[in-house]
Amino acid sequence: MRSSYRLALAGVVAASLLAAGCSSSGSSSSGGTNWATQTSASAGGGLTALVAAAKQEGTLNVIALPPTWANYGAIISAFTAKYGIKINSALPDGSSQQEVDAVKSENGTAKAPDVLDVGMAVALANTSLFAPYKVATWGAIPSAQKDPDAKWYQDYGGYMAIGYSSKFGTITSLNQLLDPKFHNAVALNGNPTSANAALNGVMMANLAVGGTPDSISKGVDFFSQLKKAGNFSPVQATGATIKAGTTPVVFNWDYLNLPSYVGVSNWKVFIPPHAILGGYYAQAINKNAPHPAAARLWEEFLYSQAAVGGQNLWLKGGARPVQQAAMTSNGSINQSAAALLPTVSGSPTFLSAAQSTDAANYLAANWAKAVG
Amino acid sequence: MAVAATTETGARPARAGRRLSVPSWAGTVPFFAYVTVFLLWPTAIVVVDSLKNPSGSWAFANITKLADPLVRGYFIGSVKLCLLSSVFGAVFGAILAYAVAIGNPDGLIRRLYIAVSGVLAQFGGVTLAFAFLVLIGPVGLLFHASWFYSFPWGITVIYTYFQIPLMVLVFLPAIDGVKVQWREASENLGASAWQYWRYVGGPLLTPAFLGGALLLFANALSAYATAVAWEDQIAYIVPQQIGIALSSEVGLSNVNVADLLALGMIIMMAVVMTGYALLQRRAARWLR
Repeated sequence: MRSSYRLALAGVVAASLLAAGCSSSGSSSSGGTNWATQTSASAGGGLTALVAAAKQEGTLNVIALPPTWANYGAIISAFTAKYGIKINSALPDGSSQQEVDAVKSENGTAKAPDVLDVGMAVALANTSLFAPYKVATWGAIPSAQKDPDAKWYQDYGGYMAIGYSSKFGTITSLNQLLDPKFHNAVALNGNPTSANAALNGVMMANLAVGGTPDSISKGVDFFSQLKKAGNFSPVQATGATIKAGTTPVVFNWDYLNLPSYVGVSNWKVFIPPHAILGGYYAQAINKNAPHPAAARLWEEFLYSQAAVGGQNLWLKGGARPVQQAAMTSNGSINQSAAALLPTVSGSPTFLSAAQSTDAANYLAANWAKAVG
Repeated sequence: MAVAATTETGARPARAGRRLSVPSWAGTVPFFAYVTVFLLWPTAIVVVDSLKNPSGSWAFANITKLADPLVRGYFIGSVKLCLLSSVFGAVFGAILAYAVAIGNPDGLIRRLYIAVSGVLAQFGGVTLAFAFLVLIGPVGLLFHASWFYSFPWGITVIYTYFQIPLMVLVFLPAIDGVKVQWREASENLGASAWQYWRYVGGPLLTPAFLGGALLLFANALSAYATAVAWEDQIAYIVPQQIGIALSSEVGLSNVNVADLLALGMIIMMAVVMTGYALLQRRAARWLR
C-alpha cells in the first residue's frame, strides 16, 4: 500500500518535471523572473540575475551565422568562454528568410532559434514573431536604426563597395567599369531579385550614376550597359571565385569586400562618392524562444561596448557596429580595427522599407530583361 | 467484402481453398502507399496552394499569372534547355550505346563504359558546374568559351554531360535486344545498310529511343542545383525562379507563386507525356 502510494507520487513528480521541461519556453524561472516577457535586463532584476538564469538554461540556439561572416566564429566562442553557455549553431549558411521559416516551423520545440540576425526586409515583415527587448546600451543605437517598439534593432553593417583586383590599377569612377579591360569581370553577390546584397549593389550603381533611392532604374540601365559591353559576369561572387580570379570585380558590402576578408592581398576597395549606401542587419529575439534568458544575454553581449564585446568583435571582422559613432565619442572603439575600414566622406543613404520594396518590384519586372 | 470473397472463391474453387485469404492487390499496397505519400499528396498540396493567396484564401485568378510574359519566359527557357539537352543527349547517347553494344559483350571496354556511365549519369550540381567553369569558363584552364554564359548554350553543354551517360544506360538494353540474325537475314535478302536501318533496326529501336529521350527531358526539367551553380544572377528557367520565389530576402518570396510555377511544370510534363504517348503509339504500330 505504502509502496504503491510512493510510486504514484513519483509518477506525479516525474510528470510535473516533464511538463516543466516541455514548457520551459513559456516560463524560465530563476528567482521567479519570467525572462520571456522582460523587455530589459534591469526590469528583470539586473544583469547578474539574467546571467544566472541564462547559465541555468545552459544553451542558446542561433541560426544562419556563418563563422567567417562578420567575425561570428569568434563572437560565438567568446560568448561561450565568458558564460559557459553552449551555442547550437543551426544552418550557418542559411538566409534571413530561412531563419524566419525555422522560427515558424520549429515553434514550441527545444531546437527553435532563440535569436535572429536578419536583413531589414525580413525583419520588418515579421515583427509579430519577435519579443521586444532593450539592451543596456539601447541609447547608443541611432534612432533611425532601431524599432521604437524594440522588436528589432540594427546590429552591424557597412557600405556597398566595389572590391577589385589591383591589376586593373585604381578605380575612381563607376563608368570606368565599362572599359573593355573589364571584360567578363564585374560580378554581383547573387541575384538582385533574391539576395539583398545584390539588390543594394544595383542600388549603389544607381546612386553613383545620378539615380535616387526612389527609383533603381538607372542602376538597372547601368548593368544593362555593362552586359552589352561584355563586362558583366553572372558568376555569383564568393571567396573561392575571387581567389580563383573568376570574379576580379565584385559589388558587395565593404565588410565582405576587404582584402583581409577575401584573403587576396592585391585587392582594393572603392566606394563611389555620393553613393554611400548603408546596409545593416538587425537582431531580434524569438518571442517563443526556448531559452529566453540566454537569448537576452546574447543580445546584451552583442551590444556590449567592452573590448571583447559584440560591437568591437564585429568591428574586428570588418563590419561597422551600429554603435560605432557613440563608441568613437566615448573612446571604447577598437581604433586599429576601425582604421582598416575604407574611409568615406558624406552622409550614408539608408533605404526605407518602401524604397526597398519599390526597388525589388522594379527588379522583378526588369532585371532579367536588362541583363538576360 | 464477404460477398466479393465468396464470389471469387466460387469462380476459382481449385485455388482459393488452400490460400490465405489475402486479396490479390495486397502486394501493391506498399507501392501505392509510397506513391500517395511522396507523389500524390505533395502534388495535391502544390495544386491547392497555387490557387491560394499568401493569407490562405482561394485565389483562382492566380492561374492567369502563368500567362504573364515574364513567367512564360521562364517556361520557354526551360523548354529550350530540356529540348536541346535531351536531343543532344539522346542522339550522342544512342550512338555511344550502339558502339558499346557491337563490341565484345563480356569485354573490358563494355564493362568500363557501363560503370563510367553509371557514375557520370549521377554527376551534377555544384561539382559539375564548377568543373566546367574552371575548364571553359571566363578564365578557363582549357580555353575560354565565349558562349559559356549565353543561355541556353552554356548550360546545355553542361547538362548534356550527364544526359549522354544516362541515355547509354537506358538505351543499351534495347540495342542488345536487336538480334544479329535479323541483320544477317536482311543482308541475305539483299538489303543495304540503309534499308536495314530504315525498315528493321530503326523501327525496332524508335520506341526505346523516344522513351529514353523523354526520360532525359524530364531529367533536365527538374534539375536545379546545376543551373544555379552555373549562374545565379539571372533566372532563365523555371526551377531557378521557384528558388527565388521560395527564398528571396528582398521581399519577393511568395510560396504560392512557387507552387504555381511548380503546377506549370506539372502541366508541361503532362503535355509532353501525352505527346510522347501519341508518338509512341505511332512508332510502335508495327508491333501490334
